[in-house]
Amino acid sequence: MSADAKAETITINVDGVDREVPKGANLIDAIEQLGEEIPHYCYHPKLSVVGNCRMCLVELGMPMRDRATGEPVLDDDGVQKIGWMPKPGIACSTTVAPGMHIKTKSQVVKDCRNGVMEFLLLNHPLDCPICDQAGECRLQEFATDYGRGYSRYTEAKNVKPKRTRIGPRIMLDDERCILCSRCIRFSKEIANDDVLGFIDRGSYSTLTTYPGKQLENNYSLNTVDICPVGALTSTDFRFKMRVWFLKAVPSICTESSVGANTEVWSREGKIYRITPRRNDAVNDTWMTDSGRALYKQVEADNRLRAYQVDGKASSFDAAIAAAIAQMKQGKTAVVASARASLEEQFLLSQMVEATAAVRVDMVSHYGDGDHLLLSEDRTPNLRGALLTGLINDLPDARLDGLGKAIDAGEVDTLFVVHEDLAAAGLTDAQIAKVKVIYAGIEENSSSANAKVSFPLLTVFEKEGSFVNQNFRVQKFHNAIPAPRGVVYDLHLLETLRAHMVGESPTRPTVPAVWELMAQKITCLHGLDFRGLGDLGVGVDAGRFASLPFVESKNLKHDPEKRSKLGVEAGATA
Amino acid sequence: MDWIPNFLLPFFYAVTMIVAVMTIAGYSVLAERKVSGWIQHRVGPNRTALPIVGSIPIIGPFLTKLGIFQPLADGLKFLFKEDIMPGHVRKGYYFAAPIIALVPALTTMVVLPFGQYVDADGVTQPLVLANVDIGILFILAVSSLGVYGIVLAGWSANSKYPFLGGIRSSAQMVSYELAMGLSILPVFMWAAAPGADYGLSLYGVVRSQDGLWLGIWQPISAMIFLIAVFAESNRLPFDMAESETDLVGGFHTEYGSFKFGLFFVAEYAHIVIGSAVFVLLFMGGWNFLPFVASPWPDGVIGAVLSVLWFLFKIFAMIFFFIWVRWTLPRFRYDQVMRLGWNILLPLAVGNLIFNALLIAIHDRL
Amino acid sequence: MAKTKVLERKPLSLAERTYLPQIASGLKTTLGNMLKPNVTLQYPEERPVIPENYRGVPTLVRDPEGREKCVSCQLCEFVCPPKAIRITPGEISEGSDTEHVEKAPEEFEINMLRCIYCGLCQEVCPEEAIFLQDIFSVSGYSREEMINKKDKLYELGGTLPDRHRKWDKKKAAEINGPAHH
Repeated sequence: MSADAKAETITINVDGVDREVPKGANLIDAIEQLGEEIPHYCYHPKLSVVGNCRMCLVELGMPMRDRATGEPVLDDDGVQKIGWMPKPGIACSTTVAPGMHIKTKSQVVKDCRNGVMEFLLLNHPLDCPICDQAGECRLQEFATDYGRGYSRYTEAKNVKPKRTRIGPRIMLDDERCILCSRCIRFSKEIANDDVLGFIDRGSYSTLTTYPGKQLENNYSLNTVDICPVGALTSTDFRFKMRVWFLKAVPSICTESSVGANTEVWSREGKIYRITPRRNDAVNDTWMTDSGRALYKQVEADNRLRAYQVDGKASSFDAAIAAAIAQMKQGKTAVVASARASLEEQFLLSQMVEATAAVRVDMVSHYGDGDHLLLSEDRTPNLRGALLTGLINDLPDARLDGLGKAIDAGEVDTLFVVHEDLAAAGLTDAQIAKVKVIYAGIEENSSSANAKVSFPLLTVFEKEGSFVNQNFRVQKFHNAIPAPRGVVYDLHLLETLRAHMVGESPTRPTVPAVWELMAQKITCLHGLDFRGLGDLGVGVDAGRFASLPFVESKNLKHDPEKRSKLGVEAGATA
Repeated sequence: MDWIPNFLLPFFYAVTMIVAVMTIAGYSVLAERKVSGWIQHRVGPNRTALPIVGSIPIIGPFLTKLGIFQPLADGLKFLFKEDIMPGHVRKGYYFAAPIIALVPALTTMVVLPFGQYVDADGVTQPLVLANVDIGILFILAVSSLGVYGIVLAGWSANSKYPFLGGIRSSAQMVSYELAMGLSILPVFMWAAAPGADYGLSLYGVVRSQDGLWLGIWQPISAMIFLIAVFAESNRLPFDMAESETDLVGGFHTEYGSFKFGLFFVAEYAHIVIGSAVFVLLFMGGWNFLPFVASPWPDGVIGAVLSVLWFLFKIFAMIFFFIWVRWTLPRFRYDQVMRLGWNILLPLAVGNLIFNALLIAIHDRL
Repeated sequence: MAKTKVLERKPLSLAERTYLPQIASGLKTTLGNMLKPNVTLQYPEERPVIPENYRGVPTLVRDPEGREKCVSCQLCEFVCPPKAIRITPGEISEGSDTEHVEKAPEEFEINMLRCIYCGLCQEVCPEEAIFLQDIFSVSGYSREEMINKKDKLYELGGTLPDRHRKWDKKKAAEINGPAHH
């Protein structure tokens, strides 16, 4: 909803108590904002309303007025009479109106819910022990609240196909489906890929794809998230772990500069899945399928896991000593990364200062955007590099400038963060000419030729913040522990910086770095890490607003009014 | 060639006697465990079996169930356990203590008669290693040396619990030695009347009981002596020297393996000897029953029967020792002292004076 | 002030003061006990009678057809107070006889060093697959040995009768199709 609607409120009467709700809000949303819940299956705040599950039935009424005169009809006590509708109505297709009365706890409402639940459970299989949805299943939850606890249905249950692959990442169990049609509406309205539909009638109704089509778009896994039961399951997560063991940690998707808000679900240091987290200013409640697979880099084969000096595993202290000795010889150039967090970029800029680096380069990673939640810039934090002053202009895809400098003999040592030098356009001869100090998550051509390699952590193993396409600073948290023996990236950078200037290194924390950043970076004034909140804060793009960023129009980004949106989103958060 | 009867034969007898007493001591340990088991509704040791003997049908399992082979296993265990010596002990005394504890216990049996033999000439001879006239004095003197082993063990271990155990033990020994000595004086006053040819010989005491047992007509002496024997052998309720609840193990806390085994055997040897002395003094020795003439025939068979009967009485006494142990709780130390000095000693003195007067009156008549 | 009643202790009689009658009665008691039959069970040879509802070592059971009943729902792992249970869930491969059950444990471990024999796993199991049966004697030479793996659990558990035959009915329904055609 817009900021205006939130500001303006009206009064409705819920179960006999007058409550303030936003004007024009959907009744279910309005009640949810009051901290209560009207049970529902088919309604979803980001999808169109169909009203076919009937679970959200409530008693509705308006203050009575005389039809002829328009005068309020009063009862004996002089209070305006309430005209209750003869039958309960569905809350999801009701917009709040001033003076509206609703009953959510009356016997009639409870009876309605009982009846709806009994019908839904008639043919629902007893699959809970093997169903992945168990534990976060709306049907389970409402069955405990409104179910009768035993079945009056003595006939044989309906049989439907149980293991249909309707897409490369989606498995459909038709018996579990309660025909809420959320997935159909999502495919049609959000993903713009209209492949799902119901066939057959009555209790034989079955969800299926159009002939010859599959649910294979890059947003298909969102249907799993919004499915209120276990009908749609992710083949990647299927039977891997029960959800009640998983710990959800708020994080940020690093796939592109959209910075979709996510939750990382892990158990005992192992990540099992990533789901989107609602943020109406960034990604609503969606995210890409490709972004959900990024957790696999934690246990990837090419992960750099140990400190290395001249290709041999060594200790952290030895690697630091070797790197410092190399960098102290002077003529150091730095290749920064838009994949590092804001705090790391800031400490890197401090290190650049301490090292008196001859130049700082950066590599761009651009791809095709889908105008939804995958932007053209495939790095999460390009704008962070601008804010921290690492770079002043948009980077190129190739390090040609650096190559020339190497050829000219201006550079002896190269400090590389994350980037693959060969892929970024440096020739073997150029790489051979300099001593490379590499810090990154994975092994690549940089680490293969590096004198010193420092393993860095994935976004899941540390905390920090990214600045997304709308200059919105969003923070991510530590979901799983770092690999054994690997220090935090911030600690590494601070140690390098301190040794370069001869100080004794400290162990910087993210909030401590933020205190420094808030002083030094103008647009971060007055902010602190905790104050970012779960939804992030938009900051003023300042002089960077006019840069020709590559992102085209997508779900929450419009290049035309880019700077304005950023500021506005910051105001609402 | 008279060195055979003069030297070899006594040596052979002595070894036989030692083996017999040690065996009885070993099986007293078994009896202790079995009887305590029965009293507590348990079964006691019933698992140890010898390879061949144990597999004889019926007899083997029966003996195994009785635990007959258990003392063998226990003995072997004591022999082969690692001999640990704590670093803080006084070495020489530490090694000497168990020997000093055991030797007096075994020495006393030299003067113990254990049967009689009526030879072809009709002369009754005692079965004893050395029939000395001062038998009972010898026993009192030597057996009280046993306390030196305990005191030495307590002191040489050089740690507080053994030290306390040793102190308690010595005080207790001194206290009850007096009452013990005084309690048997009336017995010998009656048994060794002037002109009688028995003296202080134990054989003589037994001979004097072929009619009436001394225990019956000197019950106070018998009772004081019995209590004193309990105290002297450190048995419950007088085991203040060990007292595992407050002194951990008392004087032998720092001892293990074979050296502990020696203490263990010494304690049971004390019981055996104590029982034997009590049987000799107050229960008629090998005499059959009070007022019943011994039915032992002359010759070897009679000798064997008398020895067996004597052994039976000893076993009964050992059983009584065990029985009391699993019935009575341990005394408090002040109670031990009060009993010894305030009750038993005056009682023994009174008993002595009473009997002296009685003998004086008896002699006048 | 609370009301107190002072009970006079009766003075001991002469016989009582000698303690001898008391000792005699004590000896009588112990002798009486000695003559009663003992109650010892000769354990390895004689076994105690295990009551029906005894909670012994937790085991996994199969149904009469030999199908493993556990579907690795991990409720037992969740409910286990000392966290003794560790399940790696797995999928039943397509084409197998029990394909319709879909899920079975790939690995099932119960750490008997942790297990407290509370029986909550048995109580929570929706498939009646885990039972605390009559095994009470567990020993091993290493920590690893004390962790019962899936094979061991099924070996200990054996087969128990199945009252519900839920999955058999399910399979029959799948073969026969909807009931009201």
